Amino acid sequence: MSHISDRIISDPGLELGVANLTTERIEEVVNQALKGETGAKLKAYQETCMRCGLCAQGCHFYVSHDGDPSYSPVSKATESIYELMEKKGRVSPKRIYEMAQIAYTECNLCKRCAHYCPVGIDTGYSMLVMRRICHLLGVVPQYILDTGNSHATTMNQMWVKDDEWIDTLQWQEDEARDEFSNIRIPLDKEGADIYYSVIAPEPKFRTQLIYQAAAIFHEAGVDWTMPSTPGWDNSDMSMYIGDFENMGRLKRSHYESAQKLRVKRIVMGECGHAYRSVYDMGNRWLGYRDMPIPVIHSVEYFWELLTEGKIKIPKKFEHPVTIHDPCNIIRGMGLMDKLRDVTHMICENVVEMTPNREHNYCCSAGGGVINCGPPFRGTRVKGNKAKADQLRNTGVSHVVCPCHNCHGGLEDIIDHYELGMHPKFLGDIIYEIMEKTDAL
Amino acid sequence: MHELYNFVSGPLAWVAGAFFVLGSIYRLVSMYILAKRKDGSSLEYMSLHYSLRSIIRWLIPFSTMGWKADPLMTVTTFAFHICFIAVAVFLSGHVVVWNTAFGFDMWSLPTQAGDIISFVVIAACAIFALRRFMLPHVKNVTKPKDWFALTLVVLPFLTGVLAYHQMGPSLLMTTLHILSGELLLALIPFTRLSHALFTVFTRAYMGSEFGAVRHTRDW
Repeated sequence: MSHISDRIISDPGLELGVANLTTERIEEVVNQALKGETGAKLKAYQETCMRCGLCAQGCHFYVSHDGDPSYSPVSKATESIYELMEKKGRVSPKRIYEMAQIAYTECNLCKRCAHYCPVGIDTGYSMLVMRRICHLLGVVPQYILDTGNSHATTMNQMWVKDDEWIDTLQWQEDEARDEFSNIRIPLDKEGADIYYSVIAPEPKFRTQLIYQAAAIFHEAGVDWTMPSTPGWDNSDMSMYIGDFENMGRLKRSHYESAQKLRVKRIVMGECGHAYRSVYDMGNRWLGYRDMPIPVIHSVEYFWELLTEGKIKIPKKFEHPVTIHDPCNIIRGMGLMDKLRDVTHMICENVVEMTPNREHNYCCSAGGGVINCGPPFRGTRVKGNKAKADQLRNTGVSHVVCPCHNCHGGLEDIIDHYELGMHPKFLGDIIYEIMEKTDAL
Repeated sequence: MHELYNFVSGPLAWVAGAFFVLGSIYRLVSMYILAKRKDGSSLEYMSLHYSLRSIIRWLIPFSTMGWKADPLMTVTTFAFHICFIAVAVFLSGHVVVWNTAFGFDMWSLPTQAGDIISFVVIAACAIFALRRFMLPHVKNVTKPKDWFALTLVVLPFLTGVLAYHQMGPSLLMTTLHILSGELLLALIPFTRLSHALFTVFTRAYMGSEFGAVRHTRDW
């Protein structure tokens, strides 16, 4: 059995943050946060948890570390937020470092453990409260903090400047015109049927995804648009940092940029956490019970386009594929059936993982863990041997994975465990095999 | 000794009962007020349908991921809770107490069965204790509070069985039995045993969140 203090990883954000702390400051901030921002939910969780340990099996970190008890959800909560509650914030700065490392890098907030807890405790929520306190203390891993700073400054995650955004879209439109003579990426089209939103890593380094989406919408004859002004980025690392004020700013700007264009609904790219942000957390922070404008995930939109026959598949994807269920749209929204429908409509040979659907293991990149950067790559890759075993057992060559973070996480797992597989977005496959009636 | 017995089985019983009832009301009401004040974004999504769906599902052994994870724990926890309530409420000796105190007559367990069920509770507590000693992932998170709660629960059963089988001085054992039962009752709202009050709500919330918002199962 190990302890968090045995596996401390050097990170400038955490080190600098902790160096600025005093025990008095910790006590003040912790109590302010607990009293001002948490209520019956956290209190009931801490009290009702019987320390029975059943949640352990739910966590890929615990399973992957051969049952090391320090990785069980209850242990992670006990060693962090529950301890702060019991000690009323009287802990050392060194202890805050350990708690921050647990909360930011050893829990993906995937909520799989919820399926294992008889009394209904949401450890994902408790760990997020822990992150919130770390944020208020100024103890946040450097890489994810940088994305948070970018969000706060530019309203997008990747320091994309306003002119670079428009330029990137026009560049992709230009590229696509070599394939489709009259394709457009319509900017700021008022009253369009759909407003397509992406995460900032798409214009930054996955521009082909914007190209593919444009090609699919073009083929389907969709009345669509993208905004030319901030609000276009639906991603939200502020949510995972615990910087809820900026989470609120981001979501408001996202919804409002769509409302200004009077579009009917937002379709978002294949991203998981952004869906959590618009559907679960950002809306609640802003006081919206539901989303102020309907936001649907690409999985649902592709399902519509395929079932309505707007996209035709002359020949299905032949390589055997398996389906990776991203936590935020499966356990977070229940899209498992639509994801399967779409996959079966476009792929010849689908092999299911075990366990799957809402019981599927997280990719271990989610919850902002991959955004904590290279220092913690080993944490998430070694902490997800369970996923590698799951993937290997399917024996397939390609993994359908409709989420950016999952993509990054699976790529690293596939690389580390030498699985020789290829993660694919649904858009990758659809673009590759769909009928292109208008192609040159 | 007789005076002590009379005090324990008389006024103290009412005091313990009052602690339990008033303490439970206090805890539930204050928790609800706190939830209203601070957890509006969760309360808003409470759904009776999905609450019941979750509660009922988790009342069926082996029907959830959690109940499949550790079969011994599942059997033990179901046996423990069912037998605990059966003995606490329906043991013939206890039914006599309800009759004397509140005047209502109710069905009681056959004496022999009551005895066996009490042993089941003690055995279940022993398994809970063994888990806390032997399983690393349980031992790792076990705190004095958990031991205290387990001790509180097992004491009335141990003393009850000893008293019933006339082991040790009968009057002393009976007095200790009543005393430990009262202690248990009075402390339910204020210890780990408060899960008896709150689980129905945490379960209902999780059920609502997973059913109504996440469109998926919480088991």
